[in-house]
Amino acid sequence: MSLLELRGVSVDYDGTPVLRDVDLDLADGELVLVSGPTGSGKSTLLGVVTGLVPRFSGGTLVGDVLLDDVSVVHAAPRERAHAVGYVGQDPLAGFVTDTVEEELAYGMEQLGLPPETMRRRVEETLDLLGIADLRGRDLRTLSGGQQQRVAIGAVLTMHPRLLVLDEPTSALDPTAAEDVLATLTRLVHDLGVTVLLAEHRLERVVPFADRMVLLGADGRVQVGEPADLLETSPVVPPLVELGRAAGWSPLPLSVREARRRARALDLVPPAEAVSVDPAPGVDVRRLSVVHGRTVAVREVSLPLGAGRVTALMGRNGAGKSSLLWAVQGSGPRQAGSVRVAPSGSDPADLKAGGRRSLVGLLPQQAGDLLYLETVDEECAAGGPRTRGLLDELVPGIPGDRHPRDLSEGQRLALALALVLAGDPPVLLLDEPTRGLDYGAKAALARTLRRLATDGRTVVVSTHDVEFVAQAADEVVVLADGEVVSRGPARRVVAESPAFAPQVTKVLGAPWLRVDEVAAALEGRGS
Amino acid sequence: MSSARLPRDLHPVAWWVWAIGLAVAASSTTNPLVLLTVVAVASLVVFARRSEQPWARAFRLYVLVAVVIVVMRVLFRVLLGGGVGGGHVLLDLPEVPLPDWVLGLRLLGPVTRESVLAGLYDGLRLGAVVVCVGAANALANPKRLLRSVPAALHEVGTALVVAVTVLPQLAESARRVRAAQALRAGDERRTGRLRRQLVPVLEDALDRSLQLAAGMDTRGYGRAGTATPAERRVTGALMLTGLCGVCVGTYAVLDTSVPRLLGTPMLVLGVAAAVAGLLSAGRRVGRTRYRPDPWRWPEFAVMASGIATGAVLHWVSEHQLVVAYPDLASFPQVTLVALLGSLVGLLAAVAAPEPRPVTS
Repeated sequence: MSLLELRGVSVDYDGTPVLRDVDLDLADGELVLVSGPTGSGKSTLLGVVTGLVPRFSGGTLVGDVLLDDVSVVHAAPRERAHAVGYVGQDPLAGFVTDTVEEELAYGMEQLGLPPETMRRRVEETLDLLGIADLRGRDLRTLSGGQQQRVAIGAVLTMHPRLLVLDEPTSALDPTAAEDVLATLTRLVHDLGVTVLLAEHRLERVVPFADRMVLLGADGRVQVGEPADLLETSPVVPPLVELGRAAGWSPLPLSVREARRRARALDLVPPAEAVSVDPAPGVDVRRLSVVHGRTVAVREVSLPLGAGRVTALMGRNGAGKSSLLWAVQGSGPRQAGSVRVAPSGSDPADLKAGGRRSLVGLLPQQAGDLLYLETVDEECAAGGPRTRGLLDELVPGIPGDRHPRDLSEGQRLALALALVLAGDPPVLLLDEPTRGLDYGAKAALARTLRRLATDGRTVVVSTHDVEFVAQAADEVVVLADGEVVSRGPARRVVAESPAFAPQVTKVLGAPWLRVDEVAAALEGRGS
Repeated sequence: MSSARLPRDLHPVAWWVWAIGLAVAASSTTNPLVLLTVVAVASLVVFARRSEQPWARAFRLYVLVAVVIVVMRVLFRVLLGGGVGGGHVLLDLPEVPLPDWVLGLRLLGPVTRESVLAGLYDGLRLGAVVVCVGAANALANPKRLLRSVPAALHEVGTALVVAVTVLPQLAESARRVRAAQALRAGDERRTGRLRRQLVPVLEDALDRSLQLAAGMDTRGYGRAGTATPAERRVTGALMLTGLCGVCVGTYAVLDTSVPRLLGTPMLVLGVAAAVAGLLSAGRRVGRTRYRPDPWRWPEFAVMASGIATGAVLHWVSEHQLVVAYPDLASFPQVTLVALLGSLVGLLAAVAAPEPRPVTS
């Protein structure tokens, strides 16, 4: 008997179909991965299961949703809460109370469970998720990974049989993401909870998934074994791309499997790129940033070369954003100096207008930059060059579209065009890959490479190691506000296993990207 | 140490009653010595018993506001020429002539000791009340206070919690948007700038509210209880009757031309119906409370010390007028009753258990 069943579900928003004739059975104790390009309706599918669609999203829903063979399609999310738990993209936005312990108890209070049961379950859940030492902490002071685990715990205390998660690791650094995923697999294996999970970064989740739901652009879904679906899927992790390039069948889904297969490959490693000393771009000297009593950045000295893309990595709260804002000159700066070549002027000494024509910064929430009703109005306000830049980045965005109706990748491009309108020689990007699918990320990587080739200094902070492998020349790893390692991407990434992309994990250094392997394979063939 | 005094968070209602007692005491006198004692008592208790949670640090802010109030009061006295009716002239400033139609207002003019003192005393009184409120905020999280509302008012309580949560986030997102908008070119006119600020902040606030609402809903907030439609109708009717009764009753009590029969009896009837409605609504609410704050003797002691302070100083303001409202010409006097009365509030620090330590 299936736990939850979707029968012929179709959803459309204002006549635009998002899901069409979706049939899906979820059995007890399986981990099901929902995948597809951006905007293909992953969140909508999850919303149908939890009941948030169409109640919180608008649109019309046709079809039936059965929970234990009882139709719940007309039941509000609150009436499904005892069986279906939901964790949203931003855990902090969903927190109702102040402290970890109260948050864990909130759902049970709503269900009206007896106090002894609540007490017991809170303690059990604290231990299960390894967050017992956080019980009295203010939720806002937790790190991203801790918040995500508390959000999962807050749902688990209600003992749901189905756990629905929308991109639970998108904002997390690689280690925290692995923690959360390990927690989820433990729930599936030990407690028999069914997990339905939407995720962009397949490389993290595919090895754990029992089944996969692949959403197509036409709103139809394919359901099946990950290995089968990934043969033809438009979005695939680098591992599968590697498998396709090498012609492996069945496709390897975990690094371990791929490594076994790769032993048979005999490839000539890519030639070490001859490193030319780049022209100086930005010189950061002994920069310190202090927030209250915490030192976010401690005496960082960092020469950044022009014509290079530098990736800034490190766990959540390592000081990446603080460093970028301080370099741009708008953020607080306790001590130190920044010199931008060739004039050697410090952006912090300039007014906002001068600053942005010297150093452009794309903030984490790119939407904060946008305030007008159409793309054309935004471009007009941004200056004469904006529209041209936008068409270079992503051609063909209709001018009368509202910026909020654009896809993540298009909105990012618009914000980037606005930042680039002042033609700054230095461009900083704070976590631009959040919410982008593989296609959009590859496009962004190409854009950054092109901007660097034009002679700009590009710095991008990110958690996404695969993106770093594609885009970056150099990597700087921050920890606790200090630089712990820096150098060419190929070396830094090979040195620390946590930051290694999948190709490096499989083939070892100096391999970094699938296209290198593909080129080497071709070279061997000819 | 008895088990009631093991480290724990005191019931928020106890702290609020205590603080209100102190505030009543402060508002019933202008004697600077008594007022300073009350402020000192409130500060001492805060330093002794506040927790390490973020809201506890807000006390400094309230003290700052109090200081600003005192300074402003004195400044205004000097600026607007409080020195009417003579007194000791401290500084003979020239009076700025104002047109005739500004009746009863003077700009500058001689500054007398009496006018400065009057401003100081007045400012101190208001400042002391602010410090008392700040003490309550620092000692008891306002959100926990809201959690203590009766079950029937659960919805109202949660709405308030959400408002309290979203407001500080609004300030945070305004700061973020301001920084972000400086990174792009755009409208530099006044209205344009306002729009650049406002639109992203409002969008963000709406998004957050929706996400919070979705989060609450998926976690069972507002689940239908076990009540039958008939029970719900009875509850609704009781609440409505109660509301009407209270309104009519209050009106009748305040308006002396209305027959007496309509006054007090109607009010009592209304309150009774409202209470019955709340009880009936509370019974059908299928919610429970996790680790409710216990109410034991330290709570009573803290509450009593606050009430005692308020009561004693209120008595002083009625029976020892010279002490409560000292003459501006001489140094203020204090009686033993007034002093002891204001010091009673300190007992709260002794009676209250230590706050629960926050693990980090």
